[in-house]
Amino acid sequence: MPHPMPPLAISAYTATSALGRGLDAHAAAIADSRSGLTANDFSVAPLTCFIGRVAGLEHDALPAELAEWDCRNNRLAWLALNQDGFVDAVKDARERYGASRVAVLLGTSTASVGATEEGYRRLDHGRMPADLHRPVLHTPHSLAGFVAAAFDLEGPCLTVATACSSSSKVFANAERMIRLGLIDAAIVGGTDTLCDSVLFGFNSLELVSPGPCQPFDANRNGISIGEAAGFALLERAVEGTRDPLLIGYGEASDAHHMSTPHPEGLGAELALRDTLARAGIDAADVDYINLHGTASQKNDEVEAALVTRSFPATTRASSTKGFTGHTLGAAGILEAVITLLAMRDSCVPANLGATTPDPLCGPQMAWTVETRDIRIALSNSFGFGGNNACLAFARTGVAA
Amino acid sequence: MSAALTVWVKGVGFWAPGAASWQAFRDAVATGGDAGDTARPVADVLPANERRRAPESVLLAAAVAGQAVSMSGADAATLPCVFASAHGDQAITDYMCRTLAETPTDLSPTKFHNSVHNAPAGYWTIATHCHASSSAVSGGETSFGAGLLEAATLAVADERDVLLASYDIAGAGPLGEMTGGTGAFAAALVLSPHAEGSTMRLDISPAPGNSGHDALGNAWLDDVTASNPSAHAVPLMLALAAGRSTALRVAAARGLDIHVDVEVTP
Repeated sequence: MPHPMPPLAISAYTATSALGRGLDAHAAAIADSRSGLTANDFSVAPLTCFIGRVAGLEHDALPAELAEWDCRNNRLAWLALNQDGFVDAVKDARERYGASRVAVLLGTSTASVGATEEGYRRLDHGRMPADLHRPVLHTPHSLAGFVAAAFDLEGPCLTVATACSSSSKVFANAERMIRLGLIDAAIVGGTDTLCDSVLFGFNSLELVSPGPCQPFDANRNGISIGEAAGFALLERAVEGTRDPLLIGYGEASDAHHMSTPHPEGLGAELALRDTLARAGIDAADVDYINLHGTASQKNDEVEAALVTRSFPATTRASSTKGFTGHTLGAAGILEAVITLLAMRDSCVPANLGATTPDPLCGPQMAWTVETRDIRIALSNSFGFGGNNACLAFARTGVAA
Repeated sequence: MSAALTVWVKGVGFWAPGAASWQAFRDAVATGGDAGDTARPVADVLPANERRRAPESVLLAAAVAGQAVSMSGADAATLPCVFASAHGDQAITDYMCRTLAETPTDLSPTKFHNSVHNAPAGYWTIATHCHASSSAVSGGETSFGAGLLEAATLAVADERDVLLASYDIAGAGPLGEMTGGTGAFAAALVLSPHAEGSTMRLDISPAPGNSGHDALGNAWLDDVTASNPSAHAVPLMLALAAGRSTALRVAAARGLDIHVDVEVTP
């Protein structure tokens, strides 16, 4: 078992998704239990399903000096970075620590493959069309490369691409680098945008619901895909900080199947135990868990059983995929941000979309929005390849 | 000033055109540095049915990872792993983009789940019953250095042996012109925070700036090094194969190298 970790301060954070741009839009939608899912109107031949689409990306090009990086995914990243004073917080960190002491550690599942897809739709004599003849876009590292360039940072710069756990795991990368003194601060987070690869890909696996997703509903029939970007700035916590804290994380592998979770949730449980050990807390200390809760048959079955057997009824739990859709590689950071908002506002988000609770669910489930003091909270993220991650946060002033 | 990270190399894996294993590469280096035969990567860690169906990237990564773990004597089931690749399986990305442009509803579900960047990590952990943390990372053109920094950081931070496998395959289709990859290459290291049983130590520190790299003066190895981002491992692998203590810099990000002091005890 790992040792407890020194907490890290989350000195700035933000997210943009189908719920809107920035923290206030998310907090308002969650307080009102208002979903951002809409009928699919994406791609040339839209499948019958619901999506969590961010409005306005078609019109908001990147600033001229960043034009080489322009594509839907980097536009969404840029839009998110420009909310909630995040840009200024990064510039301030760069000023205080130096460009080589601030890392860019970002998660994504498909990065800007949407631009590669577009190139293939309009090939010019079998080659990428001239306007997409930009190698920086046609790689999984496009997002992290873009963010490092946008802030002129020269510290460690890494893309984590472990499917739907990607932007959760980057918190762990940052913690290790800060603890060992390699860096003083890190931009963590991630971005994934709607693209044909994921819409038709999940459709080919018969994992997409024709209607809005219904996490933990007895009659759930698949996921709704969404897009999102979110970012957090992590630094060492100083005495008396008023920032929320990262107090733990856990990572583990199912070793079971490429696209189906372990039937007993083994990897998910190992990631949970790893998280509690690093945070130095017990399951009973957890006030809220933001669940992975994709509304796929298998994920919710396994995760419901894990929560039911591991936590007391006082721990509240919900999936927020019914608000935003499954934002894949961005789910980790989006739901981390929603968890931080839940702590900030003492508001347990509803498990939106479910009308008939799955009988596997325990008394922990928050089927409707609740007002509740949340001191310590977890966020689960599980990905293809049996890749599991869990994060633990504490509210301002709560000693771990 | 002491190094930021000190790790010992417990196992090494290697595949390049002209040297299909770490032993073959050591032999080639010992006998003057000429390319030997090019053999398919042997991913004998994977079950036979998976080996037949696995994409090239998975075979390549699993082959070098298997060599390194076997040499280290570590138990793969408890070994955290980091799989680094600039571009993942470009042949699958090329297939996906072509199919999506022409007949999107014909997309193969198997190709889709194999298209995730963590497919090698997934297949590896399944084959070795590994429940430890597994990661799949990219650092673009500096993927090898970024992966080495991440794996060494994990080994020291968690006081555990860690497997690093860095792999890239040749570019394919219109995407291939963008990535510029001309051939396959993979290397793996089992890195340990403990010295016992190792003759190879790496002292690693971040070093601001990109120094670029000098030609090795060996046509075969210079070609391999230029073939894809993972092959930027070649100078380090050459020092380890030759049993030569040296210092080198490996690009780890835009504007950041890692300085590596390689200490080999005969």
